[in-house]
Amino acid sequence: MGVADLQTEVQSGTSERIVNDVALMVATKNGSGSQTSNNLIVRALFKMGIPVNGKNLFPSNIKGLPTWYTIRASKDGYIARREITQIAVAMNEMTAAEDIANLPAGGVCILPGEWKWTQSREDVVYYEIPVKETLKQFDIPSERREQVGNMVYVGAVAWLFGLPLEILHEGLMDNFKGKQKPVQMNYQVIEAAYQWASENLVKRDPFVFEPMDKTQGKILITGNEAAGLGAIFGGMTVTAWYPITPSTSLVDSILDYQHLRKDPETGENTVAVIQAEDEIAAIGMIAGAGWAGARAMTATSGPGISLMAEFTGLAYFAEIPIVIWDVTRMGPSTGLPTRTSQGDILFTYFLGHGDTRQVILLPRDPAECFTFGWQAFDLADQLQTPVFVLSDLDIGMNNWMSDPFEYPDTPIQRGKLLDKESLEAFIADKGEWYRFRDYDKDGIGYRTVPGTDHPRAAFFTRGTGHNDRAVYSERSDDWLQNMGRLRRKFETARTLVPKPEIEYDPAKEIGVISFGSNDPAIREAQDRLAADGIHTNYLRIRALPLAGEVQEFIQKHERVYVVENNFDGQMAQLLHMDMPEDTTHVRSLALGDGLPMTPKWVHEQILQREQGN
Amino acid sequence: MAKENILGLSREDYKAGETTLCPGCGHNSISNQIISIAFDLGLKQENVIKMSGIGCSSKTPAYFLGRSHAFNAIHGRMPSVVTGATTANRSLTAIAVSGDGDSGSIGFGQFKHLIRRNVPMVYIIENNGVYGLTKGQFSATADEGQTLKYYGTNDLPPIDLALEAVISGCTFVARSFSGDSKQVQALLKAALSHNGTAVLDIISPCVTFNNSPDSTKSYPYGKEHEVPLHDIEFFTPDFVAAREEITAEYDEGEAITVEMHDGSHLRLKKVDEDYDPRSRAQAITTLERAYREQLFLTGLLYYEEPRPTLADTVGLGQTPLTQVETSKLRPSREALAKLMQGMM
Repeated sequence: MGVADLQTEVQSGTSERIVNDVALMVATKNGSGSQTSNNLIVRALFKMGIPVNGKNLFPSNIKGLPTWYTIRASKDGYIARREITQIAVAMNEMTAAEDIANLPAGGVCILPGEWKWTQSREDVVYYEIPVKETLKQFDIPSERREQVGNMVYVGAVAWLFGLPLEILHEGLMDNFKGKQKPVQMNYQVIEAAYQWASENLVKRDPFVFEPMDKTQGKILITGNEAAGLGAIFGGMTVTAWYPITPSTSLVDSILDYQHLRKDPETGENTVAVIQAEDEIAAIGMIAGAGWAGARAMTATSGPGISLMAEFTGLAYFAEIPIVIWDVTRMGPSTGLPTRTSQGDILFTYFLGHGDTRQVILLPRDPAECFTFGWQAFDLADQLQTPVFVLSDLDIGMNNWMSDPFEYPDTPIQRGKLLDKESLEAFIADKGEWYRFRDYDKDGIGYRTVPGTDHPRAAFFTRGTGHNDRAVYSERSDDWLQNMGRLRRKFETARTLVPKPEIEYDPAKEIGVISFGSNDPAIREAQDRLAADGIHTNYLRIRALPLAGEVQEFIQKHERVYVVENNFDGQMAQLLHMDMPEDTTHVRSLALGDGLPMTPKWVHEQILQREQGN
Repeated sequence: MAKENILGLSREDYKAGETTLCPGCGHNSISNQIISIAFDLGLKQENVIKMSGIGCSSKTPAYFLGRSHAFNAIHGRMPSVVTGATTANRSLTAIAVSGDGDSGSIGFGQFKHLIRRNVPMVYIIENNGVYGLTKGQFSATADEGQTLKYYGTNDLPPIDLALEAVISGCTFVARSFSGDSKQVQALLKAALSHNGTAVLDIISPCVTFNNSPDSTKSYPYGKEHEVPLHDIEFFTPDFVAAREEITAEYDEGEAITVEMHDGSHLRLKKVDEDYDPRSRAQAITTLERAYREQLFLTGLLYYEEPRPTLADTVGLGQTPLTQVETSKLRPSREALAKLMQGMM
């Protein structure tokens, strides 16, 4: 049965049909293989042209603990997480009561018919589906049964709300890379469940999916996959890493795509990936590689960043280009390892003992993970310093609808890197070359790398005090001169890092500042606030150090709200610290509950404060 | 006119800054041996990286090979830095200096994992059993029962870094004494010819904090007790080519000849008892016996045909990554377009 047939089945008597505007939640047990079935639904909606997101809210566990997957379809293109989901696919008996309780009035619950349960709410539509019975019809190996069993709800959801079977079949082909056996094993179950639903269920809810054209030209991808691709296109040559959630799939992406960088003439690899013994070794390796002239990176998360602090300080002070991805998860400490956060802003900004300041890029989505993925290497080489990219678990591990990635618009930048010939020319011109002398007054010296075949190319790299000739020095004047130059370099960084994205209308008095994965929530909240008569401008910070535009934006507004996904309001603190006199009207709106930011929360917070004004 | 080597350089050209270590420090002697052998071999300094961690020993790269890039990293983490640098550019020759605190305590894990990966380098441990820069604490290689001025008696057994290297899969492990310059030089030359991690655990006395005759890390003890397992001679490939039959002068059983990866040879002439460094089991039992009987055995403890280096195991070609043309570091516009198309 097609979608058109389905529409005629929507019973009269129910409220108006709600088309392509619903959030659905699937509750399963971790490790049951529901990622495949949930991705299938997300992909089907995407292929139908409906803007969609899929967010996995999963436990730190291999198998058994409850896990939830939320899918939002939005004809209006809103892809932020919705706090309230109208449809619950309750496949986990442990959490079913809670899952049902969380539904709004008029919500829908799909659950296995074989459970013994009592209907707790009158204002919810229930559909019971025969999971075990459906599976019994087929000869499915016991180790596959749990995963394939998830296809029963896929079939039921497909019939109830309108997902075409052929798109689901394509999705399986895609997922199993065309292997007929697993495709057939799963598809037969979807088909049987769909058939059963069409014969036994009566649709009693208003939610339907219908094809539209709002995903044309878009792609569906995770931020980590995008970041890995960005590194491949950024000329990365060495990656060293230690596995940690939620950054692991970033390195997996590098491994998946490194074939793109095989030298076409020699067939040689131009990418080395080393799994280190810990994060200290991982960053030590890339410090060595960056020093030797590689484009080197690592990917980690909070606990790894803690371990990397000492080396990051060295790389800052010894001026070594490296790229560090922090796919942020919730701290302090081990914290919530599988929950998202923006809580590493201040820690990474000042990472290293003594007076240290780091450059940070803040991508909002997979497309920016790709762009910053290659740009970070250019910036690191130009600035001769570590460049951090702070993504988060929400961007990194969840599927986002994204514009296709744009090819880098500038060639690879190596910065002030002298080879044998350019060193010779430099010395001929200036009569000297000293590693840390500020010849261009931008705080950035000229560097050579080991192996440069010139008797004067060598210099001594160290984390101890040194003068501009790279010679050990404990003299106060040398120390102060060096620190002053590093600060000058940081000011240069301010002009080179990505500018903030600003939407400004002088008629609006309220400014909203945010960054990273909050973007969809902010935009949707702005629309909701506008409906309440509260009109806001928006600035999205894309990098630290803060560009001058941030200060101007703050100055131009009566009230400014800084929205972020951490407990302490770290970005707001940074704004207060950077521009104390301009920020008396800046207020922090910080949540940090481990979940992706919702428009509902942002809307309510700003509304409440504005109504109090 | 000063003597010149094959590159037309004098021994002076292999020197660097003046040492700031204590007069008489064993480490200075090792720095001098490095200068000597680099001059002898005609080592191209521009292709050498001098690597170290933190400690007295780690300061020494500033005192030799002034035309080489150097990286004085953080405490105990030199191995990871070398791993990255030689992965970036596999044509570099890495000479690293570490100490017993650097490699035996804070960097013990990195020391062992570097060996496991078989990163090609010369890994010198200047082992004196004591922390010098922080003024005389015991290190993990200090003798059990030893007494020092401020820190009393050491009640813990020592870690034998040569034994640890053998156990971790090192393919070239030697022990020497900084007072035995001839042996140190021969071992350094051989280590430079080795295509893999070569660990040289060199007892290098601290004249300020640990030089009492009852310390196994002191000059008096070393001079009196050193027992070389063999006399070592090193022959460069040129020398070997000129004189094919280098073993001819010795009777069978009197000398072992080891051919190195680059065509050079090591000849180990029997001193007292038979010792074959190509047996891992013998190396381990010999080190165990040395510990039990308090013998200061020196020489090439263990050698095996090098297994694949890290660059090989991560699948790199012969072109150093740092020398890949920039144009080859970014896939084409079409490659990205095709990928994007596949995701729509």
